[in-house]
Amino acid sequence: MAEKVIKKPVGKFLVFAGITCILYYLLFAYESLINDYFTRGKFYAFLPVLTAFIFSYTHGNTTDLFWKVVGIEAKKRREVK
Amino acid sequence: MQETIQHAVQMIDLQFWHIMYLIFVGFVGGLVSGFIGSGGAFVLTPSMMSMGVPGIVAVASNMCHKFPKALVGALKRAKFGHVDVKLGIIMGLSAEAGVLFGAHIQEHIKRTLGDAGSNLYVSIAFVIVLGTVGLYVLRDAFKAMAFEKEGKGTLSEEEKPTKIAELLYKIHIPGTMIHFKSINKKVSFLFTIPLGFATGFLAATIAVGGFIGVPSMIYILGVPSLIASGTELVIAFIMGAVGTFKYAWSGFVDIRLAMLILLGSLFGVQLGAIGTTYVKGYMIKLVMGVIMVIILVSRGLMVPVYLSQLGWISPLNPTYVSLLKNTSFAVNALALFVAAFIIFKNLIKGIYEEKRYRVLETAHSTLKTTK
Repeated sequence: MAEKVIKKPVGKFLVFAGITCILYYLLFAYESLINDYFTRGKFYAFLPVLTAFIFSYTHGNTTDLFWKVVGIEAKKRREVK
Repeated sequence: MQETIQHAVQMIDLQFWHIMYLIFVGFVGGLVSGFIGSGGAFVLTPSMMSMGVPGIVAVASNMCHKFPKALVGALKRAKFGHVDVKLGIIMGLSAEAGVLFGAHIQEHIKRTLGDAGSNLYVSIAFVIVLGTVGLYVLRDAFKAMAFEKEGKGTLSEEEKPTKIAELLYKIHIPGTMIHFKSINKKVSFLFTIPLGFATGFLAATIAVGGFIGVPSMIYILGVPSLIASGTELVIAFIMGAVGTFKYAWSGFVDIRLAMLILLGSLFGVQLGAIGTTYVKGYMIKLVMGVIMVIILVSRGLMVPVYLSQLGWISPLNPTYVSLLKNTSFAVNALALFVAAFIIFKNLIKGIYEEKRYRVLETAHSTLKTTK
C-alpha cells in the first residue's frame, strides 16, 4: 500500500492565525485601557488569567497547525517498546 | 505602593526591539520548556528588568506566560504519551505549599539581610542545587550516551529505575498508596509530597522548579525521563496559574509583556515537544544537565558581588562588579542557546532520518503491491 498523501490543514491554520492576530491587535490597540483594568488587583485578577487562557487556546492551535503546515511533525510510532 | 506599581506598569514604553527580543527569547525558552519541562525564566526575568520593568512585574509577567505555555506543552506531550496527569497534579499541589514556604523564607531573609542578602541566598541555592543535581544529571547522561555508543545498552536498560525507586516501590503505607501509570507501580503519596514541595520551594527561590522536579521524578520515583519532563509541564501549569493569580491580585501582571513572550514561546514549546519524539531519554538529561552546569557558573560569578555588598568581604571595584554582572547574564543566555542548539540538532537529525525512513517504507510497500 502506498503512503497516503496527508492534506495539510492550511485553512484551519489561517482561521486560528487570523483570530490570534485580531486578539494581539486588540491587546495593543487598547493597551492603556487594558492595562488600567488588568492591574487594578483584587477580583480584576481574573482578567489576565482569563486572557492567558484565551490566547493559549487560539495561539496554541495556531502554532500547532503552523508546524503541521510547514511539515514538521512528531516521529511516527513504529517499534513496540 | 499599589499606585506606584500601576504607574510603573503603564509607563513602560515598549520599543520595537523590546518586542522582537521578548518574542525571540520567548521562542528559545519555549523550545527548551517543551523539551525538558522548564526553562527560560532565568533569562527572561532579568531581560525584562533591564528594559526598565520593575522586578516584581517582570516575575509576575513571566509567570503569566509560563502557565499557558505549560498548558499547551502538556497537552502536546500528552498526545505522545509523555504525561502522567495524576502524578503532575499531586506534585503540583504539593509544590504550591513549597512555593508559599519558599516565598516566606525569601521575605524573612530580605527583611533581615536586605536585597544583597536575598540575592546571595538565591545564588547559594542555585550553586548548591545545580552543583549537586546538575552534575549528577549530566554525568548520568554521559554515561548513558557512552553506553549506547559502545552498543551495550538499550532504551529499557537506560531507563531502569534507581535503587531508591526500587526501595520506594517496596514500601507499603496503608491508605496512602497511589498507582501511577508512568511507572505502573503504587507509591505512597507521602513520598511524592516532599518532592513536590521541594520543586515548589526551588521555584519560589530560583524560579526554575523543574531543576528539582524532573530529576526527582527520574531518580527517586523511577519515572522515565521523557515522561518526567512532560509531567513537569503539568506541575509548571499549576504553579504558574496559582502564582499568576496571586500576583494579579496585587495588580503586578503586565499582560502585554506576558502575551509577547507567549507569542514566541508557543511556537517554541510545540517544536520542543515534537523534538522529544525523536530522542531517547538521556537527551532530556543531557540538555537539563548542560543548562544546570552553565547556570551554576553564571550564579557562582555573582557570589563575590553579593558578599561584598553585604560587607562580608572587602568592597569590589564598580567596574569589576558590572563586568561580573554582565558576564553572568551572558552565561545565562549562553545556557539557553546551547540547550536550544542541542534540541535543534536532534530535531533536524530526527526529521531527516524519519523522512528517509518514510521514503524507504513507501518504496517497500510499492514493491509489495507490484509483486
